[in-house]
Order: sequence, then structure tokens, then C-alpha cells
Amino acid sequence: MEPIHAPESIDLIALAPVLVLSVFAMGVLVLDLWAGKNKTLLMFVSLVGLLMTAISAFAKHPIPTFAFTDSYTVDHLSLFFICIFTLSSALTILLSYEYNEREGIKVGEYYSLILLCTVGMILLASSTDMIMIFLGVEIVSICLYVLAGIRRDNKASNEAALKYFLLGAFATGFLLYGMTLVYGSTGSTNLFKIAEFVKSDSAQSNPLLLMGIVLLVIGFGFKVAAAPFHMWAPDVYQGAPTPVTAFMAVGPKAAAFAAFFRVFSEAVPELAPSWEILLSTVAVLSMVVGNLGAIMQTNIKRMLAFSSISHAGYLLIAVISKSSLAGSSLLFYMLSYAFTTFGAFGIIILLGRKGEENLELENYSGLAYKHPLMALSMTVFLLSLGGMPPFAGFVAKFYIFSAAIEEGFLTLVIIAVLNSAISFYYYLKVVVFMYMKEPAGEFNISLTPMTLLVVIIGLIGTIELGIFPDTIISLTTH
Amino acid sequence: MFLTFITFLPIIGAFLLAFFPKENEGAIKQTALAVAAADFLLSLYLWTNFDSSTHKMQFGLNIPWIESWGINYHIGLDGITLLLYVMTTFLTMICIIASWDVKKHIREYMMAMLALSTGMLGVFISLDLFMFYVFWEFQLVPMYIIVGVWGGPRRIYAAVKFFIYTAVGSLLMLVAIIWIYFHIKETTGVATADILFITDHLSSSVPLGTQKWLWAAFFLAFAIKVPMFPFHTWLPDAHVEAPTAGSVILAGVLLKMGTYGFLRFNLPFFPQASYEFVDIIAVLSIIGIVYGALVAMVQEDLKKLVAYSSVSHLGFVMLGIFALNEYGIQGALIQNINHGISTGALFLLVGVIYDRRHTRMIKEFGGLSKQMPVYAICFMIAALSSIGLPGMNGFIGEFLELLGTFQGIGFLYAACATSGVILAACYILWMFQRVMFLELSNPKNMNLKDINTRELITIVPLLILIFWIGLYPKPFMKTFDASVTHLVSKVSPDNFRPKQDHNEGGHHAALITKTELAKLSQKLQKTSHN
Repeated sequence: MEPIHAPESIDLIALAPVLVLSVFAMGVLVLDLWAGKNKTLLMFVSLVGLLMTAISAFAKHPIPTFAFTDSYTVDHLSLFFICIFTLSSALTILLSYEYNEREGIKVGEYYSLILLCTVGMILLASSTDMIMIFLGVEIVSICLYVLAGIRRDNKASNEAALKYFLLGAFATGFLLYGMTLVYGSTGSTNLFKIAEFVKSDSAQSNPLLLMGIVLLVIGFGFKVAAAPFHMWAPDVYQGAPTPVTAFMAVGPKAAAFAAFFRVFSEAVPELAPSWEILLSTVAVLSMVVGNLGAIMQTNIKRMLAFSSISHAGYLLIAVISKSSLAGSSLLFYMLSYAFTTFGAFGIIILLGRKGEENLELENYSGLAYKHPLMALSMTVFLLSLGGMPPFAGFVAKFYIFSAAIEEGFLTLVIIAVLNSAISFYYYLKVVVFMYMKEPAGEFNISLTPMTLLVVIIGLIGTIELGIFPDTIISLTTH
Repeated sequence: MFLTFITFLPIIGAFLLAFFPKENEGAIKQTALAVAAADFLLSLYLWTNFDSSTHKMQFGLNIPWIESWGINYHIGLDGITLLLYVMTTFLTMICIIASWDVKKHIREYMMAMLALSTGMLGVFISLDLFMFYVFWEFQLVPMYIIVGVWGGPRRIYAAVKFFIYTAVGSLLMLVAIIWIYFHIKETTGVATADILFITDHLSSSVPLGTQKWLWAAFFLAFAIKVPMFPFHTWLPDAHVEAPTAGSVILAGVLLKMGTYGFLRFNLPFFPQASYEFVDIIAVLSIIGIVYGALVAMVQEDLKKLVAYSSVSHLGFVMLGIFALNEYGIQGALIQNINHGISTGALFLLVGVIYDRRHTRMIKEFGGLSKQMPVYAICFMIAALSSIGLPGMNGFIGEFLELLGTFQGIGFLYAACATSGVILAACYILWMFQRVMFLELSNPKNMNLKDINTRELITIVPLLILIFWIGLYPKPFMKTFDASVTHLVSKVSPDNFRPKQDHNEGGHHAALITKTELAKLSQKLQKTSHN
């Protein structure tokens, strides 16, 4: 075995977003000592930090650039993903501010954890080395374990954190084991070197390598909550504080998908015939389990948890297609999913009160006639999640299905569209409650400005990406 | 731009209504009506400026929409869509008047109605597959809301069934659309979803086996919408539960989107596959015609009866389309309009007594003609038009369709289909007898008020149209002459028949020239001799 050298190509500019955000994360942590009970300053500093991160991501020219002996990449995919991450983290922070005050979450670390988690996400999306990917996964996971359990006095929150931690640790084990096997059989952790090695004939039938890939699928499957590795998702989504749930559904998931996509499209595309079947099975299972599971739910957070499992299924189709168009479609899908999901969770938070989160579908009865605009927004978000034009979700699905059909995965797409039809059933169930049932009680809604802002941003994004998607599409396709 | 304006005017109106105070019901209703009426008048302007001598798209606009995918905002009207377009604006206006007495959430109701109108208009003008799909799916939502909120007791079930059923069909069509998009991109090098471009380039480059699959994907979407037997099960539920205006729109326009789809996509995209499937379609249509009529006959609910009669009538339309000749397709097009008018009128009239009695059960009524003479006359005209009595609109359409079927599909099919006309007379007249004549025995019917002015305003225009089309259909028929001739020249079975049949086919083709009603009966005789 060769000795491991120190990286020769240290390139701090390429790493700028990670550095900037880390500094801000630690700064927020320290600032908390002075901030006292009022967290407004923390929120503000965090938002500035995210903005700076997004800007610094564009500091590196030209792209793609490979730094740290090809283990860190600045390319189109990572840049776009960094924008999605910073956006979703910023929306999470906006959602959290009033929610935390209402629910009495007075921990200053909260903001710092979200920022650190975002650091991990950026690493995940930019890494082209297994070790770096693992680091990213761990940073993200550990932050999420804490965030899920941040309501210390709440049983469900504790349960969520513990469950997430145990299963997550288990999944990390699988991931690491898979990486080890791949390393063992190819002699490198670098994705490009693995790809080079795999191209040689001898590697194609190496059972150790294939075993490693299977374990990687399991590990990533856990992280993106794809069936049959989804068991943790409903409980964790339900138990975690609502802004954290929204965050988990978008940011970390997008990051895991970025790494998932990179590994399978850059390191082992040559082995596609072997893993296509496996991933297709996982994709189909995720769609079916997610959609059928969601039909049964009466709790809206659980329902959205199952729906996010089914979305993982759709996204896996992009991973399977592995073309550059598929990569672009992944980007667009995650962006539109971010807008839509944050909007929907914003409404969910608005509908809650202290000690009374109103998460049952029945709590939405007759909302349309008390708060028509809220109900209309929720309808837009749900229809967009289901893939109904003219909203973002439709264009996103169209994009992914196009990429898949271009690569010849027709059966997979047909299964996916039939699943979309099923999904309308439960998305419409909420609409049924909002529009077609009489109000069960009074709504006691205080339209808190930050949360409202998130809903409005989500709404604008969902409609804009649905009706005028051209700008974003052309941004994704370079 | 003008066409765009007319299409989006209703949804702009809906948007404005959102800012009206909820309590101000009068202003809400008047504004909605003003928007719908303006839209109708503007669409009449389209009709008067329409050049019926060409099959080319008119009032067109083609600007880039999603440039990276080559998707355009491409709209236009031709002979096939003009009347459907005008009928949509017309029925929207009628429906808004008919909904004057809606009590619950009137503002939301009017908003949904206007949004629905834009969705439907968009379907008819779209000349880009992507755009078409967007409108095709989008109009589901307001219709779903209308059925689900203002419908009858089982409205939620009916609304969800309607939505899911249609969505399943449409989504498979989406897969076919994407496939076509990439196929066109590969074979011609142009990334486009333009319907006209695809019509010109698709059929020559796709092998028949694949054509059949694509055809089937489009077929499912449209067959569910039409609805053809056996995909019709959502229709009775949706019709029965929908509010009156919802039923009118559903029967008048939404079902026509299915038949329009066949004419715009299935036939021109896949002429050969269409030809191969003629027998299957013919059998399904005839089952639909007979089955719909028989089921209608035993219905106890007036609205369900009319709903099943729709299944039967639309069977005729499908038969006409797949006759693949001028008579058949012209018949189908005019019958599209006729069905919208007659069935629309029937639904409105059923709505009139439902508003008074809150029941639609036939056995609850009897002898209404004594109590409501004007109503009975209106009902009779609509009912007879639905049967297809000569001198009324239904006759023209069904006659042409049957003529086309005789020539295009075969004697046996036409004969079976004709039984549907007889059955229609049975169920309609029997229903009419039980509702309007007999003894006025039910005491609840003793004090029924006759049809009022507002209701008359909604019905009379339809009745006028019934006679107008029945007696002087030329202004209507001539709008789509050129388009139909052009369509038939592309899809005529003669293009695919083996050579030996060709002479005979050519002979028929020579017979088919202009549709002059005076000549029709003469030609019918000739055909039956052959």
C-alpha cells in the first residue's frame, strides 16, 4: 500500500463556501453567549452567513475545478446544489424563529447546528472522494440527530432522535463497509480513479466490488429514506420539530442524492448493468411503499414523510438514468421540491399553536372558508407535490421522466406515472378536508411574519418554476 | 394576442373576484357574468373573422416558452376547434346565469367556474404538446373543486374518482408525449413538441408496432374523457353529484375534449394505427351506444338517465370519427356541438325541478305538464333533440355519423348503431311520459311554479340553437369543411388499404365532395345499393 501523502493541491478558494460557513457557524455558537434569550441576532447572523456562503461558492473560476488531489470538486452540480442548500437552510431558519419561540426551544446552538449541517451538505455535494463523502455524511447526520431531539422535554422528539441515531449509525456502518469493499477491490477512494479501474475488464466481475456497491446502495438508501430502508423516516419526521422536518426532507436529502448521483454516475457507471436492477427495485419499492403508506395516514407530517419516501423513488430514477440530463433534472427537482416543501410546512406551522400543533387532517376541515388564501396556497403546494401543472412539481417530474425516457427506462417511468396518480389521492385528501368539509372548530391562526415570508417565497417559487421554468432549466443544463 | 386575451380573460376575472368582499354576492355574480359574457362576445368575433376556406391555423401566436426544451407557447384555431371554443365560452356564460341561486361560497364558485373556462379554452387552442398537457391537467382542478364542494351527497367520492380516473389516463399519455418528443428530436434533429410539426413528421418515421403503443397511450387518456365503454364508470357518479352547471360543463365541454383529442392527436399522428384499430373502436362504441341506452332506460334518477344517455351519444361521435371519412367526421364534429346543447339543456331542465323539489327521482313526478306547461315544452324540445328528431340538431349529427359508418366501417356496424337511435327514443319518451304526463298524483307537485325568467334565459338560447342547427346547419358546418377534408386526406383508409380494394375505395372517395344536405339522402341510397 502506498503511503498517504498530504494533499498537494490545497485550494482554499475552492473550499471557500465550506470555510465561510464554518466560521459563521462557530461565530453563531459564540455569539449565543452574549445574545441571551433574544435569538433575533443569531437568526440574522446565520442568514448573512448563508448568503455569504452562496456568494463565495461562485468565487472559483473556471469550473469545473478539482482541488485537494481530486477529492473536492467545484462544478456545475455542486454550485447549484450549494444554492439549494443555502436556500433551504435559510428557509429553515426563517421557519424556526417563530416556531422556536412558540414551542419554547431556547437553544442557541440550534442555528449553529443548521449551519454546520449545511457545511456537511456542501461537502457531500462537492466531494469526489469516498472519504470526503463519508465525512460529509457524518457531519450532516450528527447535526440532524441533535436537531431531531432538540425538544428535550418532548417524548416524540426524543424518540425521533434516538431512533434516527440508532438506525442512522447502522446505515453509516453499511456505507463505510461498502466504501471499504470498493476501496479494497479498486485500490482507491477517489471516484475518478475507481472509474478508471472499473473500466478495465477484470473489475467488472469482481464480487467484492459488487458487494461493496450493494452496501453503498443500502447506506445511501438509508440516508435518502428510500424503501425498504425508510423505516425511520415517518417516526422521525413526525417527532422532530416541524422546521427540522422540513429541513430534513429537503436539504440533507438533496445532499445525499448529490453524493449518490456522483458515486453512481462518476465512479461506477461501467457497472450499471449490475446495479441498475437493484436501484430500480429500490426506486419502485420507494414509490409504492411511500404512496401506499401515505394513503393510510391521518397525521399530515407523517403523510408528508411517506410522500417524501415516494419522492426519493422518483429521484432515484434520475440516479439510475445517470446522464447529464438526469443530473440537471435532479437539480431542478430538488429546487422545486425545496420551494414546495417549505411552503407546505410553513402552512403546517402557521396552523399550529403552542402545545397544540393541529397536525391531524381533521384540523384542516373548512380552512378554505376561514382562510381562503392559506388553503389555496396549501392546495398549490400539494398539487405541485403531486406533479400537477402548471406548478413546479410538474415540470420537475417531466424533467426526470424525460431524462429517463431518453435513456430508455420506459417501464420505470410508466410505474412512476401510475404512482403519481396514486399520490393524487392523498394529496387531494387534504384538499377535500380544506374545501369540502365544514369547519370542526375555530381556527386560531396568528400570521407570524417570518413563517408567512417562507410561505410566500415557497408560493412564488412553486408557481414561477411551474410557469416560467426556462431560466432555471437553462441554469441546470450547463 | 387576441386569442390569448380571450383565453385568459376568465382566469383574470377569477383573480379579480378574489378581492371582492365575500358578502357582496350581487357584485360577485354580476362581475362573473360580465366577464363570461364579454368572453363569449369576443369569441363570436373570432367566429365572424374566421376564414373557413382553409384548414390552416388562424389567430395563431407562436412565441418561445421554455426555450431550453424547444417548447413554445403556440396557439391557434382551426375548423375543428373553432366551434368547440365558441361553445365553451357560450356554455360558461349560460352556466354562470344558471348558478345564480348557488347559496354556498358563491365567490369561490364563480372563481372556480371562470378558472375552469380558461383551462378548457386552453386545451382547444394549444398547438404544443407540453402546453396542451398543462391545460389538459389544469382544468381538472377547478372541475374537481366544483363537483367536490357544490355537489350532492356523495360528491367527495365522485370528485376524487373523476380526478384519479382522468389523471391515470393522462399520465400515460404524458409518457407517450415525452417519447414522441425524443423521437422527433432524434429523427429530425429538432427539439420540439409542436403539434403541427409532429403531425408532419411523426407517422412516417415510427414503425407500426410502436405506433400502436403510442396510439394506445393517447387512446386511454381520451377514451376515459369521452368516456368510452368500458372507461365510463366515473361519468354517472360525477354527473349525478355535480351541481347543475357542473353537469352542463362536464357534458358540454369536458367530454368533447376526449373526442377532440382523437381528432387532433390519434388520427393525424398515427393514421395507420388508427386504421388498424377501427374495428375495436367500432365495437366498443356500439357497446357504448347500446349499453348506455339500455342502462339509461332503467334509471330512476333523471340526471343519471341523462348521464347514461351521454355515454350512448358519445358512442355515436366516436363511431363517426373512426369512420375515417368526411361524413363521419363532420357528423362527429357537429354532434359534439349538438350533444353539448341538447344534453346541456336537459341538465339545466333537470336542475330546474331539482331546485324546486330537491329530488330527481322519476317516480316522484308525473303530470308536471299541467303544472308547468312552459317547462314541459322546453323539456320536450330538448328531449326530442336528444333523440335526433328531424328538423332538430341531433338529427343532422347522427345522420351524418351513421352515413359515415355505413361507408367507412360497414353495414352491420351502422345497423347496430342505429338501434341506439331507437333505444334513445324509448328511454327519453318513456321518461318524458312518466315525468310530464300521467296523473298529477304526488301532492308535493301540486304547487310547483313554472320555469322563471332567469331559467328561461338559460334555456331559450339553447332551444334556438337546437332548431337553428336542425334547420340551417350551414353556418356551423362550413366552419370545419376545409379542416375535415384536410384531415380525411391524411387519415383516409385508402392510404393503407391493400391495392385491390383501392379502386372501389377511390370510387367512394369521388362521391365525397361537399356536404350538401340535399344530396345526402340520394347518396345514402347509392351506398346501400353497393
